[in-house]
Amino acid sequence: MVMKKMFTAALIASVTAVTVYAEELKGRGASFPAPLYKVWTSEYYKATGVKVNYTPTGSGDGVKSITKRMVDFAGSDTPLKQKELKKEKLHMFPTVVGSVVLAYNLDGIKDGELKLSRKAIAGIFNGTITHWDDQAIAEHNAELQLPHEPITVAVRADKSGTTFNFTYFLNQIDEKIKVSKKPTWKANKVIAGKSNSGVSANIQQIKNSIGYIEYSYKMTLGLSAAQVENKEGQFITPTLESFQDAAKYATWTPDNDFYAVIGDPAGVTSYPIVAATFLLLPEEKQATNKNVTKFMEWAFTQGDAPAVELGYVPLPKETKDQIRAYWEAKGIR
Amino acid sequence: MGGKLFRNFSFLSATLSFFILIGIFAVLFTYAQEALHEFGIDFLYSDSWEVDEDDEGGLFGGWIPIVGTLLSTLIAMAIAIPLAMGIAIFLTEIAHETLVKPVSIAIELLAAIPSIIYGMWGLFYFAPIVQSTVGGDGVGLLTAGIVLAIMIIPFMAAITRDAMNTVPPVLKESAYAMGATTYEVVKDVVMPYAKGGIIGSIILALGRALGETMAVAFLIGSVMKIPDRITDPTTSIPVLLANNFAEAQDLEISAMYYLALILFVVSFALISLAKFYFFGRKSV
Amino acid sequence: MNRLLLNKAILMFSTLSAVIGLGFLLWILVTLSYKGIMSLHWSTFTHDLVEGGIRNLLVGQFTMALMASAIAVPIGMLAGIYLREYSNNGRLAAVMRNLSDVMMSAPSIVIGVFVFALLVDPFGGYNGWAGIVALAIMMIPIIISTTDNMLSLVPQELREAGMALGGSKHKIILQVVVKAAKVGITTGVLLSFARIIGETAPLLFTSANNQFFTMDLTEQFPSLTVSIYNLATYPDEASRELAWAASFVLTMVVLLINLMGRFITRSKK
Repeated sequence: MVMKKMFTAALIASVTAVTVYAEELKGRGASFPAPLYKVWTSEYYKATGVKVNYTPTGSGDGVKSITKRMVDFAGSDTPLKQKELKKEKLHMFPTVVGSVVLAYNLDGIKDGELKLSRKAIAGIFNGTITHWDDQAIAEHNAELQLPHEPITVAVRADKSGTTFNFTYFLNQIDEKIKVSKKPTWKANKVIAGKSNSGVSANIQQIKNSIGYIEYSYKMTLGLSAAQVENKEGQFITPTLESFQDAAKYATWTPDNDFYAVIGDPAGVTSYPIVAATFLLLPEEKQATNKNVTKFMEWAFTQGDAPAVELGYVPLPKETKDQIRAYWEAKGIR
Repeated sequence: MGGKLFRNFSFLSATLSFFILIGIFAVLFTYAQEALHEFGIDFLYSDSWEVDEDDEGGLFGGWIPIVGTLLSTLIAMAIAIPLAMGIAIFLTEIAHETLVKPVSIAIELLAAIPSIIYGMWGLFYFAPIVQSTVGGDGVGLLTAGIVLAIMIIPFMAAITRDAMNTVPPVLKESAYAMGATTYEVVKDVVMPYAKGGIIGSIILALGRALGETMAVAFLIGSVMKIPDRITDPTTSIPVLLANNFAEAQDLEISAMYYLALILFVVSFALISLAKFYFFGRKSV
Repeated sequence: MNRLLLNKAILMFSTLSAVIGLGFLLWILVTLSYKGIMSLHWSTFTHDLVEGGIRNLLVGQFTMALMASAIAVPIGMLAGIYLREYSNNGRLAAVMRNLSDVMMSAPSIVIGVFVFALLVDPFGGYNGWAGIVALAIMMIPIIISTTDNMLSLVPQELREAGMALGGSKHKIILQVVVKAAKVGITTGVLLSFARIIGETAPLLFTSANNQFFTMDLTEQFPSLTVSIYNLATYPDEASRELAWAASFVLTMVVLLINLMGRFITRSKK
């Protein structure tokens, strides 16, 4: 009894002590890694008492918030070019690799059953394919009963790095689709949602819809996702293995602040739409930067398991070491 | 001494509304300068909203959100006006005395429910019904318009009821005595007498519908497109602001301020119209 | 015959309108209560958003609404007092009244944009104070109009009696007139508090939101309504349930304060 009381007292004391000294790190931006950051921040809070407050508002908001110095760090799935980093006085490094899947809501067609060729995907998103039973879709899905229903295309309402990476992939197939964080979609029936969750919710609710979302959203929600034709003409089911195969083709180097778009990598077994997500730090905020890298160091050493669990690909050890060296070099470790 | 101080403080407080209004206008106008300068009045009917790759420039026009705002408001008004009038007539002419109070309170409670609740309820309960009865994707112009109507009905009904209650009973009684039906009393006695207040209530509700954000944000679909069908998704000025204001910068955020300025000026004009013209200068 | 039929039709339509209005109220409240109560646990109140609860959000929302009231109530009352007691109801007072009414109807999102430009943009970040100011701006005109109207109901004799006893004007106003209108003004304050505590749009880019517990008003501040907006569009069941629980709590708070306000007036009368 006494023990219990003392234990409780000690617990309260430790909690209050932690709260007193705890400082809060503010971050905004990409919703692509948000499910993972949510786990990381709450685990980190439990482990250290340090509050990392990450608001998944979209990469566009993240970049703006950090250039205006409204936050301590920002998440972006769109890597910034060196010129921009220099101009805005920012550091940049990747945190994790994720992938974009094409999730659909079609009666009677289960997860992974639908095969989408590159031509079909481009057609759906540039508006030349308007119905599910279109020849371009049907030719690879002979065994499926595709309805003669109009396709509702679920896209993002905000400026998004997920969109950037997806349009990067689309652009490889159809040059007319511009690589953009918020393009004007030419598809016939479009519905927009805010952040990855908004798009997922739309897909979930609207029959005969298809949209692009980060894999973990598909997983946690049990949505159906298509097999996607990669560069080598293979139809690849989105799985952790096919993402890992794709991630090997990323070329990171600290010299250009890890600028790399992995979109549409080579490799027979690679899933074609994978992307890294980045953190942006303001050069002049040395002290908070050190706290952010401390958090990331924790994530790099303790956070791989939850990443894999959610369907993200942790960065390879060499890349992590390169990033650590990058922190060292910039004096923010 | 204390009296003078008190008087001055209260005078200052009373002028604050004026300064805040001027402040809102000045701030919006200043921040909208870049877009005003770049697009001028063409902004109103240009339907492009494209950000340049580097985020710094772009081509922005307000046509789509302006049309979306007007259409959703129009749908809401078309539904709300007859129903609100009906409720007001029910409360003033039909309902038994014991019913008036509870019904009035219920209607006022309906007006008190936060708009975000209407949005959530609309998304999860009402949108599927719209989808299964008239088609479309559930969210869209029509759904937003209907839920907007549900939101402004109690507000409109309450003001209309108050206006109708100002009709001297003697006028109504003499009409009834001459054998007029309830409808005729309403049409020929109540309506003409309370006309100013009723039109005023409609305009105030209109202003509210134009500026409503949260309920519409859940339901309109947030797509930058002029709708082809009434069930199609589109966007409105408040919704565009709610979704994209925080992430916009440079010319785009200036265009957002421009839109906010348009919304502010329009609602200012509408309310002033209702106040000065229809309610008269009420010095109670 | 025809006119009687028409009359009947109109009467039926009017009654139907009232039924429809009540029907929607019932429909919303029933679904909300069902979803809300199903999703509500005791732990919802004892945990912060980061751990799947609404404790910090409730505290944050109340803090902002209370602070906004602390700004808006004195200013609004003073302004109302000026309009009713000092202005002699001249042209200037009429203009002020109308401007205050116009302000009352200003779109809440525009007020959010305004405060963003004023208190967020220049200070480098979303913060609780900005949220408070946005809510206060929404509240001031409501308090002005309530005070103004309630003071107008105080009989002139009361003021004259005070004068006859030799009280100075501001003392009469504070000790006699305002006291006499106390109940009405309290009701007005409660109703306007109920109104602003449910606001979302003015907070979106002023206070923004915070998943942790904080009382630091210079930081992003936890908001129940902004959280509902975010959570409701999250696709996972847990977030949605939390959104329903939060919505239910919010609506109950708003309706209870509302009913309380009405009850005070009624019991006094």
